[in-house]
Amino acid sequence: MAVLDRKLRRDLWHLRGMVAAISLVLLGGIATFVMSRVTYQSLSVTQQRYYADQRFADVFVGLVRAPEAVAERLAALPGVNEVETRVTAVANLEIEGFDDPVTARIVSLPEHGEALLNVPWLRRGRLPDPHADHEVTVSDDFAAAHEFGPGDRITAVIKGRRKQFTVTGVTLSPEFMYAIPPGGIFPDHERYGILWMNRRALATALDMDGAFNDVSFSLQRGADARDVIDAVDVVLARYGGAGAYERADQFSHRFITEELRGLATMATVFPVIFLGVAAFLLNVVITRLIALEREQIGTLKAFGYETSAIARHYLKLVLAITSFGLAAGIGAGLWFARGMASVYQTFYSFPYLELYLAPAVFMQAVTVTLVAGLAGTALAVQRAASLPPAVAMRPEPPPMYRATILERAGLRRRLAEPSRMIVRHIARRPLRSGLTVLGISAAVGILMITNFQRDSIGWMIDVQYVLASREDMTVMFTDPTPRRALYSLEALDGVTLAEGFRAVPVRLVHGHHSYRTSVEGVEPGAELQRVLDMSLRPVPIPAEGVVLTEYLASEILRIEPGQMLRIEVLEGRREVLEVPVAGVTRQYLGVNAYLSRESLNRLLREGPAISGARLAVDPARQVEVYRELRRMPRVAGTVVRENSIKQFNEMMEQTILFFSLITALLGAFVAFGVVYNSARIALSERGRELASLRVLGFTRGEVGYILLGEIGLLTLLALPLGFAFGRALSAYLAAAFASDLYRIPLIVQPATYSLAASVVLISFAASAVLIWRRIAALDLVEVLKTRE
Amino acid sequence: MDSNVVFRARALTKVYKMGEVEVVALRGVDLDLCKGEFVVLLGPSGSGKSTLLNILGGLDSATSGEVHYAGHDLARATERELTEFRRDHVGFVFQFYNLIPSLTARENVAAVTEIARAPMKPEAALELVGMGARLDHFPAQLSGGEQQRVAIARAIAKNPAVLLCDEPTGALDSATGIVVLEAISRANRSLGTTTVVITHNVVIAGMADRVIRMADGRISGSERNTDRKEARELAW
Repeated sequence: MAVLDRKLRRDLWHLRGMVAAISLVLLGGIATFVMSRVTYQSLSVTQQRYYADQRFADVFVGLVRAPEAVAERLAALPGVNEVETRVTAVANLEIEGFDDPVTARIVSLPEHGEALLNVPWLRRGRLPDPHADHEVTVSDDFAAAHEFGPGDRITAVIKGRRKQFTVTGVTLSPEFMYAIPPGGIFPDHERYGILWMNRRALATALDMDGAFNDVSFSLQRGADARDVIDAVDVVLARYGGAGAYERADQFSHRFITEELRGLATMATVFPVIFLGVAAFLLNVVITRLIALEREQIGTLKAFGYETSAIARHYLKLVLAITSFGLAAGIGAGLWFARGMASVYQTFYSFPYLELYLAPAVFMQAVTVTLVAGLAGTALAVQRAASLPPAVAMRPEPPPMYRATILERAGLRRRLAEPSRMIVRHIARRPLRSGLTVLGISAAVGILMITNFQRDSIGWMIDVQYVLASREDMTVMFTDPTPRRALYSLEALDGVTLAEGFRAVPVRLVHGHHSYRTSVEGVEPGAELQRVLDMSLRPVPIPAEGVVLTEYLASEILRIEPGQMLRIEVLEGRREVLEVPVAGVTRQYLGVNAYLSRESLNRLLREGPAISGARLAVDPARQVEVYRELRRMPRVAGTVVRENSIKQFNEMMEQTILFFSLITALLGAFVAFGVVYNSARIALSERGRELASLRVLGFTRGEVGYILLGEIGLLTLLALPLGFAFGRALSAYLAAAFASDLYRIPLIVQPATYSLAASVVLISFAASAVLIWRRIAALDLVEVLKTRE
Repeated sequence: MDSNVVFRARALTKVYKMGEVEVVALRGVDLDLCKGEFVVLLGPSGSGKSTLLNILGGLDSATSGEVHYAGHDLARATERELTEFRRDHVGFVFQFYNLIPSLTARENVAAVTEIARAPMKPEAALELVGMGARLDHFPAQLSGGEQQRVAIARAIAKNPAVLLCDEPTGALDSATGIVVLEAISRANRSLGTTTVVITHNVVIAGMADRVIRMADGRISGSERNTDRKEARELAW
């Protein structure tokens, strides 16, 4: 088949424009598929290995203080494998040249040997010397934010006492991959860090010699975490245990897992759409491409080529065409996956990344491509080869056209001849026209996703920080503090308003549903922290009863207003309260329960105590206010709102938006591929007809209008459909992403629609220019010479 | 039956369905073709010439009737058998050449010789039609007459028993047409190939052994040329 192979090579070269456009679409589909699957799988595998290597604990609990002997009782509990007691503390740090409030969680390292559980992973330097009192390692992100390295010094204020430490190394831990400062919502690597130091030194500073205030457990195989948790809570009740929780509730783990779940959703949805569109397009293009070869197929048959030999020839052609896109798609997908996985690696503080290349991913990519390509080929070759050669070699008989419904409905007189041709041509092949519209609208939908996320995130921030939390700073106290402390805060120069709040860690229980969070006691009539109703209007906090975040009420606790909620307080006297649900509040970030501060104080059988305060601060005096706050011994930490917003935006930029950006780029490929190929094939099919029109005196413009008008009309038809599709896709993603950490509202701004439409219209314009050049080059004489 | 008869057709009919219309192309054609014979089929458009040729060549099948080629029953042949028949015995020349645009002259011929049983060399076939000097030209680089001569080379290169030509000069000027007819005639003479040429150019009938006239799907007349002319003697 040497000659046919030569034909193959020349045909490929001749078709290079279309081959490029098909490859582009395939590249988009395959690359998205490979990128998202490989990224997701790599991160999952890395997470598992990291947890196993660092012996991430199964159950965690914090407490006030227990003598070390209690550890033996804990170790003896059924189901417990290993127990690791620790001392932890929150400290304020002073960093030269950095005026913002910085807090740190200090975690003890065992006095002897390596940690049994939650082993820090050493990135640089060394762990503190077992006998050194003033050595610490710092968490990687925090070190990176301040460019800390071994030898640097940090001053920490622990329990009001200033101590200077030397940094010996930089460490990471599965426990703090997503580290949130007290009172904060997002990680803030500049203002919050984790420090590891020797237990004895830390215990001394905290008056914790021979005692601990934090325990982690690993469980025996098959043990039920719930049983262990119950037993641990019983043992630690008298030591101020704050309620044990399992790994699934560990905040950092939860967050990473939720994020990976979101990524998994994207890794399913996007590839399905992309690959679907690419496969469909490949199928259509190949079918039409081969339909154009009808005469050649007829000729080959006339000379005695068997149908199977001809089919093989075209299969090879299709394999060659698709292999470019497939290879490029896999290559690009891996390249993107590398980039994306390392973005996530940095963002989630994985110490390393295992790029996991599952053969199944490649097999699937290859299979989908081949099936789509070959099915199209088989169908078209079959159709062309089944014709008697005498028929195949004749030009196709004039296709059946009919006056369309539009025309019959009376538009006939309004449409000029060229417009009628467009309408009839579309109507003659409703399936094909419909598929083209679907392909383009899929591209529109994909393009909308990126901006939908941007829109929604913008809206989330507005709701959170403009409507609900309007403070400039949040101050957390070390312990519940009499409400009159507000006066000293208000007295600070620059503070214009101070509102106290009471927050207690609780477990909310309704039937067999439960959730650990904090209940917040809000001042009635508070201006800085407002509770919003479902229409996002601020509503006064009811004097009695608890208000729950809507997601918490409906999805987690399955409770309705009017029903009784059990609140198990996890500190102090550990009251168990029965409180009616007074209402629900709309909130996109986190889930909480709100009570009036007075009612919460009363339920806790305490005086007017607050856990912290929200401050409105004169922007010009922010730094001074912060300095004053740092001097106050009861202030455990301060969160500046502006930093929170900035952090949140950075986080979103890095993860979701990066993914979306690549998706949008690939979406643009798809849009161009669909439009260009449709136009290009239409030109091949109708070149003769159009040239004949030119001979009859039609101008290039008129002829161009007939061809491009059709694609243009289909593109326009595809826009509203694409908008609907994009919106549905956004709604699906919003629902898939919803968790107690955040809910993405379905917000699609007009700009999102117009951007998606613009990209598609630009693709159309670019295709039109390319096609126009071919129309201009139509050889009129040749057309008339070679056909009756 | 004359042992020299290569093709034998009896009561051939062919009905095309064009959308909602039935077109009767052949209405009972009886025909014998002998070995080495040069036959010209004359007739106006729509008289059924091409349909008859296509059925003889195994490109199309009859609606009813019988066609035999040297013991092959073409009317009852399967698709596979027809393919083999075309491959081994028939050479075609079409009005619009039907060359494969992405292959050179030599390669267009080679595309057929590759699958034939005892073919000539592509170069030899092209030499025979006077195209020996333009072996590596693509169809787009050749004039119509040159393209048609390549098509003839392609048809004869397999040493077919029958050469079927449908309006081979229809798209050509007369001088070029004569060159093409010379090539066909040379193949007929030197290879002994049974040759059927469809035309509605009466002048061409002068070079035939036998002239068959068709009208309205029937054979309306058949006459033998006692004085067979050379192609170069023709003029129109």
